[in-house]
Amino acid sequence: MNLKPEPLAFELSSPGRVGVALPKSDVPAAPMPKALLRDELKLPELDELTVVRHFTRLSQKNYSIDTEFYPLGSCTMKYNPKANEAAAALPGWKGSHPLASDRCNQGSIELIWKLQESLKSIGGFEAVSLQPAAGAHGELAGVFMIRAYHLSRGDARRVKMLIPDSAHGTNPASCTMAGLTTVTIPSDADGGVDMAALKAACDDTVAGIMITNPSTLGLFERNIEAIARIVHEAGGLVYGDGANMNALTGVLRPADVGIDVMHFNLHKTFSTPHGGGGPGVGMVGAGKALAAFLPGPIAARKGEAYAMEVPARTIGRMKAFYGNFGVLVRAYTYIRMLGAEGLRRVAESAVLNANYLKARLEKAYPVKYPRRCMHEFVAMGNFADGVHTLDIAKRMIDYGFHPPTIYFPLIVPEALMIEPTETESKETLDGFVEVMLKIAEEARTSPELLREAPHATPVGRLDEVAAARCPVLCYRG
Amino acid sequence: MPFIPNTGADREAMLAAVGARSVEELFSDIPADKRFPKLGLPEGLSELEALREIEAMASKNEVASKSAWFLGAGAYNHFIPAAVPALASRGEFLSAYTPYQPEVSQGTLQAIFEYQSMAAELFGVDTVNASHYDGATALAEAVIMALNHGGSGRPRIMLPAALHPEYKDVARTYLAAFPVEIEEYAGEPAAAGADARTACVVAAYPDFEGRVRDLSAAAEAAHAAGALFIVSADPIMLGLLKSPGSMGADIVTAEGQSLGNAMNYGGPFLGMMGATQKFVRKMPGRIVGQAADHDGRRGFVLTLSAREQHIRREKAVSNICSNQGLAMLQATVYLEALGKGGLKAVAELCWNKAHYAAGLVAKIPGFAVADGEFFKEFVVKTPVPAASIVEKLERRGVMPGLALSRYYPDRTHELLVCVTEMNTREQIELLARSLEEASV
Amino acid sequence: MSVDKNSRYRSSHEWARKDGARYLVGISDHAQEALGDIVFVELPEVGKQLRQGEAFGVIESVKAASDVYMPMSGKVVAVNDAVSGDPALVNREPYAGGWLVAIEASAPAEWDGLLDPAAYEAEAGKE
Repeated sequence: MNLKPEPLAFELSSPGRVGVALPKSDVPAAPMPKALLRDELKLPELDELTVVRHFTRLSQKNYSIDTEFYPLGSCTMKYNPKANEAAAALPGWKGSHPLASDRCNQGSIELIWKLQESLKSIGGFEAVSLQPAAGAHGELAGVFMIRAYHLSRGDARRVKMLIPDSAHGTNPASCTMAGLTTVTIPSDADGGVDMAALKAACDDTVAGIMITNPSTLGLFERNIEAIARIVHEAGGLVYGDGANMNALTGVLRPADVGIDVMHFNLHKTFSTPHGGGGPGVGMVGAGKALAAFLPGPIAARKGEAYAMEVPARTIGRMKAFYGNFGVLVRAYTYIRMLGAEGLRRVAESAVLNANYLKARLEKAYPVKYPRRCMHEFVAMGNFADGVHTLDIAKRMIDYGFHPPTIYFPLIVPEALMIEPTETESKETLDGFVEVMLKIAEEARTSPELLREAPHATPVGRLDEVAAARCPVLCYRG
Repeated sequence: MPFIPNTGADREAMLAAVGARSVEELFSDIPADKRFPKLGLPEGLSELEALREIEAMASKNEVASKSAWFLGAGAYNHFIPAAVPALASRGEFLSAYTPYQPEVSQGTLQAIFEYQSMAAELFGVDTVNASHYDGATALAEAVIMALNHGGSGRPRIMLPAALHPEYKDVARTYLAAFPVEIEEYAGEPAAAGADARTACVVAAYPDFEGRVRDLSAAAEAAHAAGALFIVSADPIMLGLLKSPGSMGADIVTAEGQSLGNAMNYGGPFLGMMGATQKFVRKMPGRIVGQAADHDGRRGFVLTLSAREQHIRREKAVSNICSNQGLAMLQATVYLEALGKGGLKAVAELCWNKAHYAAGLVAKIPGFAVADGEFFKEFVVKTPVPAASIVEKLERRGVMPGLALSRYYPDRTHELLVCVTEMNTREQIELLARSLEEASV
Repeated sequence: MSVDKNSRYRSSHEWARKDGARYLVGISDHAQEALGDIVFVELPEVGKQLRQGEAFGVIESVKAASDVYMPMSGKVVAVNDAVSGDPALVNREPYAGGWLVAIEASAPAEWDGLLDPAAYEAEAGKE
């Protein structure tokens, strides 16, 4: 890791330095409206070598999947195959324009169509849209679709969405953006949806339920079919948050257990790179009731040719054009390399790896819900006096591991959510266990090692309070 | 099995530690009759075979580099310096997650801070977020900000008729659940007609037809009515012309694809969004701020998180919980690789080449170029339907532009032509000759 | 956790206290501790009319953002500008310098329905 402070580009800048050269104009200069010209443009002036060193050195300050084990629960930090990058870099993709005629873009539309078909098979959906740009975006689309469905049947009273208390914050936030109110359903002692509370909440003002399965606790919702039935009987629909789909590929098709609309995160389950925060794709898949409402356009096949078409009762566009196509190429490449058998092995290995870690760590790190987990499990980090989950997380950095997800889900105090994924070897997992056990020991015998961690990073713990009180959000010279 | 390192022996050992007899047993909670479905997908291919298949598909596309390309309309053929993909594709950037643990994410965080700083300078605003999905969604959420600011007494949203039609569609999708009145105004934004019931006036700079106007009067008129002034801009143009912030914009959005991102059949693109100080805590999306550790070392950290979904949940400003990380990184490398002088040079080339093209086209009998100042794109009135011209010419290695009938069925004889620094003089002269030939 | 003897409380941890002709409103010591270091306080405009139980502002810390609710109905006659520049004031002096708004109560009898210091302390202590 690069520990030296790296100046900001503005601080490396020197007046008159020239970076990439551009061609001289081969046409006459046209008059410009003087009143509209900028007075000044305070961007950095750097030579290309400085730019290259700058970003290379910055990259060396990151932990990443390519360099460290990254067991971030719910994020599915699996290896991003380099073949995906090779496929995405093909000039046939980079130079294609979304508004050229379909005739000019047969390759792109064919890929979108094939990916749609693959994801339909994996989820059991009637139709899918690849337009949304992120999980939260797909979720918003799904909630819009449920709302539109009820309105199309003249039912304007269904404005409530049921959401388990373990849900990701985007679930209620998406409801607010779609004009729906949230009714929180508590979890039972087993970490599943409280069925009595669910039944009590189901009436004719309920639009549906948003359910994550496996849940954010890493547990399979054993009552999923009953939950779907109860909500359907009350006239509502079931939204599936597919963030945890890595436990289920080739094992269960969500549509088979009553999910009406669902998003998948292609940047989680389907190996497209996280990129420090994006871009992703939030595929939305729908069953028969909602297929016509999908956002679009989506790809369709007409004989030998492909075309982009708008679903019959679409909720509209979620973004301009067709989605994050460059990400779709990567997901398709991955699915093509794995095939049906590979996808099943993905889920099997992901779940086995997680259960293995849980079995070896649960004595030292109490797990709130001790039953069999799926691809991730939630432990608690408050087993030693004066030591919190945050301290454990920061100490892991000293040993070269990226911390797991912490303080989520909110219903587990001092939560540590660990998701190894299937792309890690047993050696890596064993090494991780050793370190975690060592840290648990340190928590009891030398807690200051944890509280002062991390020790060998470019910066230590940052004063986030001061940063939020007096925000400095731009370079100001 | 590719990308799954565990061998049979590994699995046996792990199952033993778990106390399960088989992997199938781990899935005993799954309803038995629904377990292990046949997926109906073809068998997996080796990397070699998969790439071969995908390459065959990619080669079916017509690409900008193989034609004289004059099609823009929201996705632009701009130069991408080699340094951009070389640096942005580094595994440490590509395979890192959202920077929730700042001590091990300073690379990503500092890059975002530099991006925010440069974008704020281009926009002329105080704060820019770490990006939105694209220019259309950024604009939709800017409108939502204005609605929240104005309260229930201000339901009117004024959109320019000459805004990208897909941006209008996205705004309508996002606003479908709210009691708003979306109105379109034609012509000068200062005459949009904002009143006491207006939440915001949106102006595009340049607009969908390439037209550029001074927006200062429009900002004043909006503010006089108590409405916010939102500008959707072209970031390349901002290297040359006045910033929207300097003309009075409260919120500025843009499509950042032109900054170092390929056209890629429409995505991933880059939603840019910034605002004046007043709106910092109301802006959706991630924001990075400067911070110090207890040794006084400077670092960068995600901040103002209390606005976001993971804390505020149903009361969050937005549900967004990602940014277009890599696309934003590419834009950051692009801006630093070109620098102050380079970005201005790109903008000047676009200006000069587009005006040269407009001059040639205006001379063709039967053709006319729309009035007014323009940047990079201009509308051409054609003597025969523009769609037929496009169809003829795209087969001959010239992509002349966008027939407006694609979005406006009654505007059959109008063509939106885009000229960037990628177009040579030869190509521009070829365009002019081809248009003439295709109009006969 | 300290409790101000001259104030009365809501279960949602806001306090009200008579201050001449008006009432001051703020959050309790228990609340400021639960929130952690406060980074920002959003307050209403002077002149705003609010009902008892209505949200009048937001208090943000790094890890949480809490709505604050009116303990009594009334019109906002003053807001504490000092907390905008120094949000930590609410942490340091939740009952004194860290007051949030001053109101002209429209239904002073609501005071009787609020929790007295002992009752609030008992309830909050259980959390």
